[in-house]
Amino acid sequence: MIDLFKDLVNWASGPTVLFTIATLGLLAAFRFTQVWSKTSAKVFFAVLAVFYTASMWDPDFFLIVAKPDNIPITGVIFLVFFFTWFAMHQGIRNDRRSEGGTEVLEKEEAEKVWVWPDLVYTEMLAMVLLSIVLLVWSILLAAPLEQPANPADSPNPSKAPWYFLGLQEMLVYFDPWLAGVVFPTLIIVGLMAIPYIDTNPKGNGYFTFKERKAEIVIFLFGFLILWCLLVVSGTFLRGPNWNFFGPYEYWDVHRVEPLLNVNVSDFFWVKLLGRPLPTGGFFAALMREWLGILMVGAYLFVLPVVMSWPKERFPTGLKWLSCHHYFEKMGATRYYIGVSLFLMMMSLPIKMYLRWAFNLKYIVAFPEIFFNI
Amino acid sequence: MLNRILAPLSAAWKEATDSQVWTSIFRHGKPVSNRNRALVMMSNVFLHLHPVKSRKAGIKLRYTWCMGGITFFLFLVLTFTGLLLMFYYRPTVEYAYADIVDLQEHVPLGIMRELHRWGAHAMVITVWLHMLRVFMTGSYKPPREFNWGIGVVLLVLTLLLSFTGYLLPWDQLAIWAIAVGSNMARATPLLGTEGPLSASLTLGDISLINAGNDARFALLGARSVGQPTLLRFYVLHCVGLPLAAAFLMAVHFWRVRKDGGISGPM
Repeated sequence: MIDLFKDLVNWASGPTVLFTIATLGLLAAFRFTQVWSKTSAKVFFAVLAVFYTASMWDPDFFLIVAKPDNIPITGVIFLVFFFTWFAMHQGIRNDRRSEGGTEVLEKEEAEKVWVWPDLVYTEMLAMVLLSIVLLVWSILLAAPLEQPANPADSPNPSKAPWYFLGLQEMLVYFDPWLAGVVFPTLIIVGLMAIPYIDTNPKGNGYFTFKERKAEIVIFLFGFLILWCLLVVSGTFLRGPNWNFFGPYEYWDVHRVEPLLNVNVSDFFWVKLLGRPLPTGGFFAALMREWLGILMVGAYLFVLPVVMSWPKERFPTGLKWLSCHHYFEKMGATRYYIGVSLFLMMMSLPIKMYLRWAFNLKYIVAFPEIFFNI
Repeated sequence: MLNRILAPLSAAWKEATDSQVWTSIFRHGKPVSNRNRALVMMSNVFLHLHPVKSRKAGIKLRYTWCMGGITFFLFLVLTFTGLLLMFYYRPTVEYAYADIVDLQEHVPLGIMRELHRWGAHAMVITVWLHMLRVFMTGSYKPPREFNWGIGVVLLVLTLLLSFTGYLLPWDQLAIWAIAVGSNMARATPLLGTEGPLSASLTLGDISLINAGNDARFALLGARSVGQPTLLRFYVLHCVGLPLAAAFLMAVHFWRVRKDGGISGPM
């Protein structure tokens, strides 16, 4: 019975299943907003705590999760869940209030109060509590120190610091120039651009969900799924050779996973036409990759234009693609920057599913000049 | 009975607070009257980050989570513990690891390294949660757009501070994490040896970008993680990045006040 449960959890933690479950779960929670209630939070955290505690008896789970440097990851799991719930809970409470004709809670308490004592005491208390937490944590748990640095002996797995493991996970799906350079830059630039792209004047200075649905769904998908989930799975579920291991699996260094990834050019020339890839020179390389170049170009440069069309120009079934109202509201510049950043963000899940479904490695592959997408 | 203990104590307290020393430090009475509540905020250099009065909803814990304040407090803890650690640590390949072992074995009641390490982990998380709060309350919207941008730079500085500190213990975890992290720089377009289009930067048939001058070399100060990297990361970790962060924090806090204080509904 326990073994069956462990097998089930191991299976559900696999990149494909976990990512899909988490994404669908998040979308469902946005659709059925009653799940952000106090009761479901209590049930959720009880289940999570029981799962965590009970799993500590499994030696493989304990080995990874109880590593001193992995404690913050457990912190991330509980804190991020709690504060996401807390923010959504307050947002939905405010939405109910405004539907019922009352003002949002933050507007109700508009009177000014003295910062001493109302704020400084809170800050004082936070400082004292945090000091206690840090002191107890530091007394109980010694900071780890591994063997002296040895440039000749690389550990397996070699992992970046935990907060960069989302980027390291991206290396599975993208080359380092994208995963390690272009995407981090775009994340920083994209975050800084948010206030200039988002022209929705509502929801400024109070929690709400209803008035800012699109913004919140996109941001939380990026933060929770594409960042936090990848950090957590990169720490707990990626073992030697960056292979996937379930939470109850032993990290076997010798496990071999066959990688039979193929490029779009292979699909087109070899599988479809039954010919060898064109070789010899610049133009042969362009011809080899023409389909991939067309796909990437269409995704980045044609799709944003198409999405700006009004609904009437789309055939039935594709009308959801139309972002015409955003184009109208935001103006061309904001719209194109916003949609481009969004499409870049979505290229990660798209590439993930292409890999899982078709073993796709590169859409465009010019290994000659390290230009692979 | 109790009164016989308390009475002299309160007399002593009164004596102390009436003394010339006390009144020279605190130039007004206890903040129990409204006048003194205003004075305490304006006459104290640390408290004057705050306004005298603030909207009730804005300072509620359920609204701010105190996450920005906690992050700032962690920065102060890390500055203080980091300073103490600098008394014992020499950033050389020869001594770095041994100094950390010394610190663990020979410094009595030494939990400074623990406080520094766990505090650093905690600070990365609190920065994320602070940003989550600011996003979820729409507090980046006008007039606070610019301050959100400053905040994003502070997030990057926090991650870089943690990243540079990661190398300093000079153990296996340290150098290999930095090796993995910095390998990416090799793939920088145009500026990394294995980056797209870098090979096209040539003078005649001499390639301009090689392992001895590319983006990764600039980061590490060498072709692989070594002594120049340790020194570079040490200087950035202890001087460069904290100064930059402190500077931007000053701007960040200033702008919170100038953009209308803690956000709230219009």
